Amino acid sequence: MDTITTPPHHGNRKVMSRIDLTQRLVGRLHRDEAVIGGIGNTNFDLWMTGQRPQNFYMLGSMGLACPIALGVALAQPGRGVVALEGDGSLLMQMSCLSTIGTLKPKNLLIVVMDNACYQITGGQPTATASNVDLVGIARASGLPSSHWAADETMFEQLVERCLAEPGPHLIAVRIDSKPATGTTERDPAAIRQRFMRGIGAPA
Amino acid sequence: MDAAESRPWHAVLHAVLKANQVRLFTYVPDRVLTPLIQGAHEDPDLLTFVATREEEALGILTGAWMGGMLGVVAMQTSGFATIPNALASLAVPYQIPLLMIVSERGTLGEFNLGQAMVCRTMRPVLDALGVENHTVTRLDELEFIADRSIKQAVMTQAPVALILSPLLTGGKVFKS
Repeated sequence: MDTITTPPHHGNRKVMSRIDLTQRLVGRLHRDEAVIGGIGNTNFDLWMTGQRPQNFYMLGSMGLACPIALGVALAQPGRGVVALEGDGSLLMQMSCLSTIGTLKPKNLLIVVMDNACYQITGGQPTATASNVDLVGIARASGLPSSHWAADETMFEQLVERCLAEPGPHLIAVRIDSKPATGTTERDPAAIRQRFMRGIGAPA
Repeated sequence: MDAAESRPWHAVLHAVLKANQVRLFTYVPDRVLTPLIQGAHEDPDLLTFVATREEEALGILTGAWMGGMLGVVAMQTSGFATIPNALASLAVPYQIPLLMIVSERGTLGEFNLGQAMVCRTMRPVLDALGVENHTVTRLDELEFIADRSIKQAVMTQAPVALILSPLLTGGKVFKS
């Protein structure tokens, strides 16, 4: 099922694959960057790219991937931190962008997988299916380095640049409405302990 | 326990946070908490900033703790009512020593019916989730309760709520 319509602000931006983009992202992490996966599909596909000890997987708390990533970024300013979020989740906790835009952590990158629907609950459309532009919202929230990646090549170039230059950054991509390719484990304590060891904190 | 505590409640609490290596102070504003918040902002050893929502603050504190930084969130009663899902799906199951300071409204002279209603949900929610919580009513007990509660939260990897009663803070009263 692919019911994605193209709001006018997207122009020719390509509709891509979540798992493919997640693999491309993870493939460019060479300095033990922390990755916080948001609830549902973003998380599940992150898990399917290989269980890096620097990955954290949420099992609830929809919308809190960016705030959790912000917390890690503040605690460890020397480490790159990536938040992986969906459009529905970011819309739910959108004001976190203004907190990030105010604090301006240099080591934070937000990647938004925008399929314009709540895929996991049955594909109901989100606000981005109409004319809501998450990159525009991020820029207006104090993150001038916010970009749409028009295709896979541009995505990889943006990831490379955002990991190298002071942030905060946001990269948004249009993805199809396919479900994730697997699911995470369901043991919160194990997830936290592995993550804390992975980023060198006493678990 | 110092029976003749001479410092105001917010100075005692500030000192307890510092003594327990709290380095991050985030809050959603509250009139009663203003002197505590101001003291945090004036302390160069504390990273202090406002959160837009209490739920957001829980996420930030969870990330900070996992990264090695202990933090606290200050909020009022109505703000607490917005976080049960984040407590139940993040802080409690992931075993995060999430420190919450709640300025209690809704009792002992409340003038806003909504505050009085939402206040009644707070302790049942905390108890249902099995979250340790203490209501502080006396200045001479504040240091002991706050210090022991933070230490227990860290050692047992569990959230804790310190509820500051109007008996301690004076609360917020209607001004006509």
